[in-house]
Amino acid sequence: MFTPHTQKDVEVMLKTIGVGKVEDLFTEIPEKYRFPELKLPTSLTEMEVADELESIANANGSTKSLLNFIGAGAYDHYVPAAVDMLLRRGEFYTAYTPYQPEISQGTLQAIFEYQSLICELTGMDVANASHYDGATAAAEAVILAYHHHKGKRTKFLLSRAVNPQYREVVRTYTRGSKDITIQGDDPETGIDSSMEKLIAQIDANTALVMVQYPDFFGRVIDYKPLIEAAHNAGALVAVAVNPTALGVLTPPGEFGADIVFGEGQPLGIPLSYGGPYLGIFAVTNDLLRKISGRLVGETVDNAGRLAYVLTLTAREQHIRREKASSNICTNQGLMALASTIYLSLLGKQGFEAVSNLCFQKAHYAAKQISSIQGYTQVFSGQPFFHEFVIRSPQPVEHLLEDLRAYDILGGYDLGKDYPELEGCLLIAVTEKIGKEDIDLLHDALIEVTHD
Amino acid sequence: MTEPTIFELSSPGRQGVRFPASDVPEVELPAAFRRKELPLPELAEIDVVRHFTRISQKNYAIDLGFYPLGSCTMKYNPKINEVTSRLPGFALTHPLQPEDTVQGNLYLMYTLQEWLKEIVGFAGVTLQPAAGAHGELTGVLIIQKYHADRGDTQRTRILIPDSAHGTNPATSAMSGFEVVHLPSDARGNVDLEALKGLCDENLAGLMLTNPNTLGLFDENVTQVIELVHAAGGLVYGDGANLNALLGIVRPGDLGFDIMHLNLHKTFSTPHGGGGPGSGPVAVCQRLVEYLPDPVVAIVEPGGEELPPLYGYAHPTKSIGRVKSFNGHFGILVRAYTYIAMHGRDGLSNIAKKSVLNANYLLAKVKDTYHLPYDRRCMHEFVVEGQWADAPGIRALDIAKRLIDYNFHPPTNYFPLIVHEALMIEPTETESIETLDAFADAMLKIAVEARENPELLHEAPHNSPVGRCDEVRAAKQLILRAPKA
Amino acid sequence: MNFPKELKFAQTDEWVRLENGIATVGISDYAQDALGDVVYFEFSVEVGDKVKAGGQLGQVDSAKASSEVMLPVSGVVTEINEAVSDDAEILNKDPYGEGWLLRIKMDDPAELEELLSAEAYQAYRLG
Repeated sequence: MFTPHTQKDVEVMLKTIGVGKVEDLFTEIPEKYRFPELKLPTSLTEMEVADELESIANANGSTKSLLNFIGAGAYDHYVPAAVDMLLRRGEFYTAYTPYQPEISQGTLQAIFEYQSLICELTGMDVANASHYDGATAAAEAVILAYHHHKGKRTKFLLSRAVNPQYREVVRTYTRGSKDITIQGDDPETGIDSSMEKLIAQIDANTALVMVQYPDFFGRVIDYKPLIEAAHNAGALVAVAVNPTALGVLTPPGEFGADIVFGEGQPLGIPLSYGGPYLGIFAVTNDLLRKISGRLVGETVDNAGRLAYVLTLTAREQHIRREKASSNICTNQGLMALASTIYLSLLGKQGFEAVSNLCFQKAHYAAKQISSIQGYTQVFSGQPFFHEFVIRSPQPVEHLLEDLRAYDILGGYDLGKDYPELEGCLLIAVTEKIGKEDIDLLHDALIEVTHD
Repeated sequence: MTEPTIFELSSPGRQGVRFPASDVPEVELPAAFRRKELPLPELAEIDVVRHFTRISQKNYAIDLGFYPLGSCTMKYNPKINEVTSRLPGFALTHPLQPEDTVQGNLYLMYTLQEWLKEIVGFAGVTLQPAAGAHGELTGVLIIQKYHADRGDTQRTRILIPDSAHGTNPATSAMSGFEVVHLPSDARGNVDLEALKGLCDENLAGLMLTNPNTLGLFDENVTQVIELVHAAGGLVYGDGANLNALLGIVRPGDLGFDIMHLNLHKTFSTPHGGGGPGSGPVAVCQRLVEYLPDPVVAIVEPGGEELPPLYGYAHPTKSIGRVKSFNGHFGILVRAYTYIAMHGRDGLSNIAKKSVLNANYLLAKVKDTYHLPYDRRCMHEFVVEGQWADAPGIRALDIAKRLIDYNFHPPTNYFPLIVHEALMIEPTETESIETLDAFADAMLKIAVEARENPELLHEAPHNSPVGRCDEVRAAKQLILRAPKA
Repeated sequence: MNFPKELKFAQTDEWVRLENGIATVGISDYAQDALGDVVYFEFSVEVGDKVKAGGQLGQVDSAKASSEVMLPVSGVVTEINEAVSDDAEILNKDPYGEGWLLRIKMDDPAELEELLSAEAYQAYRLG
């Protein structure tokens, strides 16, 4: 199977080593615990395992068989065939981190292009080679701001309209740090789009203000007043983005963000039940030295030829060890490559088209659904991108259950994370949803409501 | 040949993929939010495919040849993994789907948790962490919360052997701990006397990689663990080198309290040019309730006819969530596939052959390359890449010369406690012919180092680019392509 | 390699020049040479900080390595050489001149007695 040794090979090797049998290589291991019996199933052949996995996969309902309106941080976009065909090249996916630049120019150039594309998309100066996902990128933004202020500012303000999972992960990451206080996302500060109550909390002890664009409810908010207030207080501003929205929306780099990060999954990465995804992370030139994770830079080789290398490595854990600001080592190389290929394939026109389709269809869906008796759009009148909030006349749990009879995944139940939005549903619409799908949801909602 | 960047290949008006026209009534985005320009490249599909195919050919990879990068376990990545993980039933499921629509995913995750628990001998497992370093963070945060919950807040120190990966001290510092370095003894084990001196009421835990980064199994491991436990500390096992122990010994049986596993090392999931990895964390019974939230569990037992209902459970003292959604699910499918193909008897064969390969290679090169700790190795070993009679030759030169022989170089300059270290991990998937060819190259290079050192200094000679000017890269800092 | 007689040195490779109770601090010629091409310097302290000898002054990065620079004396930071943040290369070019790092108003100038003379430092480093 995956070990090529013949009996004869093993004999030759043992003789060279000078031991009688393979088991003799393990005598340093306490005898009492050596060679345990593992309670695992017996081995399967490739043919059998292919069958078994197929039947496990078939026990799921996927977005192929279900009409999906769930977003809330992961989105069902079309991935062009060329993306996966190229990802399957063994030269890409069976290589490791490009420690040896002479024989890793493929990976290095791809990351360099990824960094460039993310800068263009976000309007920022520098992007790193990726973090694990949007949530861990949020935590890295907090850590960056902490170090930027040399640990002297302790208040970190997170908008309540930032993805709840991002906020949870930020709290987990910082639980060991006594001088980091995460606040601003309490029900009292609330989710009002004026951001007034959050802005009022910005002071000279504030290290970072984090907002989301579009926010968790899909709203597109003007953050200029907030950013001005933060900068006046010397605080940094981190903006979580959905990259798809940046096909039509003004990038945060143009309205003063210091850090732009987000979940890169919408850029050509399959839903795959939550991972592997991609943590986008970009900063202004002023913060370049504070960015964690890998960075690829351009240089020349000993013959003067253009070449790419990992650079500013002295910031990283393998050199700074306990002095490093982040422990990140492995990143999301192949996922960054997927998004690089995706953005290259779609290009300016294709990417703008996808972004616009999401925007248009979501607006049609919002209009259709809020026209049904009893259903109201919660942030009606406020600009939104491809996700919106609907208040349902019946408990969301039941509504979603009822929609399942129509093979529809109706959306995300916001009451789970926001008591103030009990009875509200977050609905996402991508380019994969057609008008007839939206009409189907509309009709199904009418039917289940009349029951 | 230099390949232009994707921006240089752009030509205004080209498009790689078209999308259908909108089929709904048009609405306008408020002008205040509308983007003015979108400076993305414009290429036809063929341009994109050729570009990425051409740059891929500048990479070395496992599929091209031997990749003995120490501590990275660059074993062959079975192709079936790539097929199973892309099955539409897996790849097209949304992470927030209702649990009853993803029973297949939950079954797979639950079973993988159970298998990993059994393989390493622990009571609980989380599949959430995204990579080894992320698993370390999870584990160290568990140590932190465990002591905090017991009111043991004076336990602020984590001990880390000097041979450890850089992620260990970085993780500990990031979690608010003070890092204290623990020296190695003359045989490469943890220095027991030094350890005894550090076992006090301030000790939070010890992070131990075993086998360590020298490829040596710590001969006193059970004593080390007992000392730390007696002082009230917890022992964290860095699973980077678990490949040597599969089916040989279970770290949980040895007394480790927490351990992360690298699915992208031990369980054959691809390294992807630097990720995605996956770093599940296993814990002993007293730490089960500290695992990240949520874990997969059976929420309703099955009956004779009915399979059980799988869902999410929430550990009561959890450190919280460490990542969005459910971990690197696509990687978990690959690891599941791999473990299923090995089964109860096959796993130990992985460790046996990896240790056999490493010792065979060691036997072939150790008369030529100095071995700082002359012991039998586990799955990898470290030699010195320098000789008194070859002045000016460094490990780096040997590493680069190996490229000329069509091999990926070993890890060099790590671990830090060996001068001019070359850390070699052949893995179990390599044949005797490959190992012989590599050993031959190592021996030839040792001769070249004396007879024609320039050959080494100027290596590699036939790679897409030669040695790169890293100082220039760090000083000039060109981190993005110029705008199209 | 240069070991100016008028300076005092710490074993951790920093130099100190005392003038009117104000200590100017930098890294030694030996240190810059050992580091190789310096690409970046980052201060861990700011003007106005009250600092203690043995604490961290900053972090210096070369292409492949990263080292801590320590505070050789205690007092209040009165001035920081921002030129080093902009162009760390001057640490290689002129470690005792343009490459000075910061000035500290010393709490107790007698602290200087605990540092090495140029001769002693040279002997310590070059044997």
